[in-house]
Formats: sequence, C-alpha cells, structure tokens
Amino acid sequence: MAMLEINDLKVKYGVIPALKGLTFHVDEGEIVALIGANGAGKTTTLHAISAIVDKSGGTISFNGKNITNEKAYKIVGMGIAHVQEGRGIFSEMTVLENLMIGAYLRKDKADIQADLKQVYSLFPRLEERKAQNAGTLSGGEQQMLSIGRALMAKPRMLLLDEPSMGLAPVVVEDIFRTIRKLNKELHMTILLVEQNAQMTLHVVNRAYIMENGKIVHSGTAKELRENDEIRKTYLGL
Amino acid sequence: MFVQQLINGITVGGIYALIALGYTMVYGILKIVNFAHGDVFMIGGFMGLILAQTTNLPIWIAYPLAMLITALIGVLIERICYRPIRLHGADALAILISALGVSIFLENFAQLVWGTETHAYVQKIQRTAYNIAGITLSNIQIGVIVLCIILMIVLYLVVNKTKMGMAMRATSQSITSAQLMGINTEKVIALTFGVGSALACVAGILVGTYYDAVYPLIGYSYGLKAFAAAILGGIGSVPGAMLGGFLLGIVETLGAGYISTGYRDAFAFGILILVLLFRPSGLLGKKHVDKV
Ligand SMILES: Nc1ncnc2c1ncn2[C@@H]1O[C@H](COP(=O)(O)OP(=O)(O)OP(=O)(O)O)[C@@H](O)[C@H]1O
Ligand SMILES: [Mg+2]
Repeated sequence: MAMLEINDLKVKYGVIPALKGLTFHVDEGEIVALIGANGAGKTTTLHAISAIVDKSGGTISFNGKNITNEKAYKIVGMGIAHVQEGRGIFSEMTVLENLMIGAYLRKDKADIQADLKQVYSLFPRLEERKAQNAGTLSGGEQQMLSIGRALMAKPRMLLLDEPSMGLAPVVVEDIFRTIRKLNKELHMTILLVEQNAQMTLHVVNRAYIMENGKIVHSGTAKELRENDEIRKTYLGL
Repeated sequence: MFVQQLINGITVGGIYALIALGYTMVYGILKIVNFAHGDVFMIGGFMGLILAQTTNLPIWIAYPLAMLITALIGVLIERICYRPIRLHGADALAILISALGVSIFLENFAQLVWGTETHAYVQKIQRTAYNIAGITLSNIQIGVIVLCIILMIVLYLVVNKTKMGMAMRATSQSITSAQLMGINTEKVIALTFGVGSALACVAGILVGTYYDAVYPLIGYSYGLKAFAAAILGGIGSVPGAMLGGFLLGIVETLGAGYISTGYRDAFAFGILILVLLFRPSGLLGKKHVDKV
C-alpha cells in the first residue's frame, strides 16, 4: 500500500484550472520527485496535500486514511511536514524558536530535545546561530532551518518545495546530500518538487514530470534519465 | 506642576495603551484595523457599570465578568462580521467597511438601550486624594497606573514566553506557515479578539471610574486616540502600543497643561503626524526588511 496516494486531484484558482486530474503515489521509504517548469502546478500539488488550497476534485489518502477534507492545521499532526517554497520561516523569531514551533503539537519533552540535537548534528550552523533572528540567516541557512523545523514535527513524510531555489551550486549540492541522508539514514519518505531535473534524477527513486497541471511522464529515475525526449526537454542534453 | 501633569499624562496614557493593544494585536495578525474596537471599549465600560450596579456582586467578580462578556462580544464580532469575509478571500477594504458597520451598530445599539446621556459610574472604591510635595494623587489614579502596568507585563509575558504566545506571533507572521506547524489559526485569531476586547473592557471600567462617566459615543474619541497611539508606537507591535499610549497621554496632557487645553487633541495628532513623517513605521514598528 502506498504511503501517499493521490487520485485524480483537481485544483482551480477562480475559474482557471491549475491541476487537471493528477494521479500518483509515494511508497514508504521512497524519494519521489515532481519535476516541471515554472507554473506546471508543482507547488499547487503540495498545497493541495497540505490543504492550503481548496481542491475541486479527487482524493488524497495517507497511510490508507482519506485526508482529502482535513483542515490545513491537522495535516502535520498526521505525519506530513511541508517545507514551503521560499522556506516560509518565521523571520522575526529566533532560529531556536523556529525549530521549537516545528514541534508545536508534540508533548514529549525529552523526545523533542533529542530531535533538536539530531537537527543540530545535521545542520551544525543552526546550533551556532540558534539565538539569532531567523530573518538574518543566509538563504542556504534559511533552507536548512526550514528543513530542520519540519523534522522537529517528527513526520513520516516530508514535502520539499524547491529546496535548491536561489542557492549557490555548492549549497545546492549540500542540500541534496542532506536530502539523500534524510532518506537513507533517517528513513524519511520524501516528495521532492524541483526544477533542477539533472540533479534531482540522481537523488530520487522515481519521478513524475508535470506540464500544465498534468503528469506527462513517470518512471524510475534511471528510466527517465535514459528517455530521449526527457533528455532533450528537461536535461538539456 | 510638571510632575503633576506627567502623572496625569501617564494615567490617561495607560488607558490609551490598553485600548491600543487591541488595535495592534488584531492588526498584527490580520492586517486589518478593527474600527469597532473603540465601541467594544464603550460596551466594556457599560458592562462593568451594569454588572456592578444592578447585581450585588463585589467588583472583583463583577468586573472580571464584564471582561469575559466583552471578550465574548469581541470574538462574536470577528466570527460574524469579519471571518466570513476573510475566508471568502475578500480584500481588506471589505472588512474595513464591515468594521465601520459594526461600529455604527454598537453605537446605536448603546444609545437605544442606555440613552444618549452620560451616566455616572459606580464608585465602589472610596476616592482618597494624597498630597505629596505639592502633587495631588488619588488612590484611583495609582490604581489605574498600577493595573495598566501589570496587565501590560502579563500580556508581554504571555506573548513572548508561552506556547500560546508563540502561536500568536507565528500567526501574525504567516497564517499559512503557522497552519503548517499545526497551529489552529482561527482559534488564535478568536483568542486575539478576546484578549484585546477584555483589555478594552478594563480600559472602559477605568475611564468610567477615573472620570466618573460613560456614554454611548465615548468609544469614538478614545478609539481614535488609542488608534493613533498604536500607529505612533508602530502598529502590529505590542511594546509599541504600550509606548505609544503612554507617550500620547503624556504629550497631550503636558500640551494641554502648558499651552492650552483647547489644543489637547491637536497635540495628540500633531505628534502622530510628525512621527509618521519622519518614521512612517512608528517608533517600534518593523521596517519590513524581509529577506526573500
Ligand atoms: N494563488 C494563486 N492564484 C491564482 N493563480 C495561481 C495561484 N498560485 C498559483 N497559480 C497559478 O497556478 C499555476 C501553477 O502554479 P504553481 O505555483 O503550482 O506552479 P509551480 O509548478 O510550483 O511553478 P514554480 O516552479 O514557478 O514554482 C500557475 O499558472 C500559477 O500562475
Ligand atoms: Mg512552485
């Protein structure tokens, strides 16, 4: 059974359709990517999963439970943590406060402290800057904070929206290494949204390629890397 | 004379600050100006008066009860008059118009029920005046100042040191991000209206007790002054509303005392205009340097 199962998902902004019936799934332990150009509907897909936008059709289920009509603030408690495009950190709170608010729904104090240690060991920079206002962090550090904050919710699945956006190539490599590590060592299931197809297809197990609110290709990373059409359009080869 | 005016200024300033907090907290979270807030302050004053006068409850029960009722009225206003518009995705202007509608409704409702005249307030505390080195101070005045300061300290601690306060601060920065953390933002918004309205009720009771008067249109002038105080301190900033309130109270009292009482309001709004000219974000407001 898939961990996240999305069936014929439709979203409209006003009368304009942004998602025109999306069907895909993510299995436990996988990293799956949604790849597509600007405006393809990747962010909208994640927003629909997190219930930030209203769905006009389709169903979403997580661990076999139908979550289509859940409220946005309930989703994280079900085990899905969302790292937003543009990071969505609380820039007027300290780094530590941002991390602690990630654990907002949790009551297990000792466990929270253990997870905080883990986040710090994953991103030592955050510990050095824990008392600093999050708004003063560099772009890469803000991305780390955003991922760290999501981990503080102790989720079963991470939704990552363009974590490489606006970052220098070395930092991007760093972030991708971390994503792989989260999956391999912490066994985190990940749905990754990216425009950077080249790099993404070297990190993920499978990918779906979106165009205009629809999935136009899907397959294992290897299959997609070897597909001529995809090499031409998305990998620029 | 100066110290006397200063103390009088701090007294009214504390009251402005209590009302200003309601404007600033709601603005901080929803980016709307709740123009009905001055009238909530008026309703709060009447609630205190009615409960203390018509029941035999001691004021330490009657006044908190008045706060509770006023808080509920504030929550209801949000629920009935703002939330449906907000969730419909309408812009701030629509909510502003709704707020003006609520304000007009409350003022007329109050006139209908309590008449247009000024009511003397219940005076359950015996007023005693002290004379210290030529300065006259009443126990009521001391009570007003002390209570304002205590409430502000409590509010400051709640906002900055509690989990609920963290949720409020998160919601004011981004409703979406706050929801993704698991925060029930609608509950936070309701709570914000409730707390702001309860503080306005305290201000209403204090004004009633201090000036021995409450009337249906009292919220107009106090609301406007408190709103000016919130802007002065930097709207959206809790410490800003406190500072703005005290400053406004002191400036207008000193101005009225030294220059002319006729210009009391002119001083208040004069300082507001000056601050807005030279520091548009207010004294403690953020200057919007969000990193992208
Ligand atoms: N809030 C909104 N209101 C109206 N239209 C929107 C809104 N958000 C997105 N859209 C539209 O929906 C479509 C999909 O947008 P979406 O943000 O999901 O794309 P994306 O694949 O994430 O793009 P990018 O790579 O640029 O982030 C676009 O045409 C966009 O203009
Ligand atoms: Mg996007």
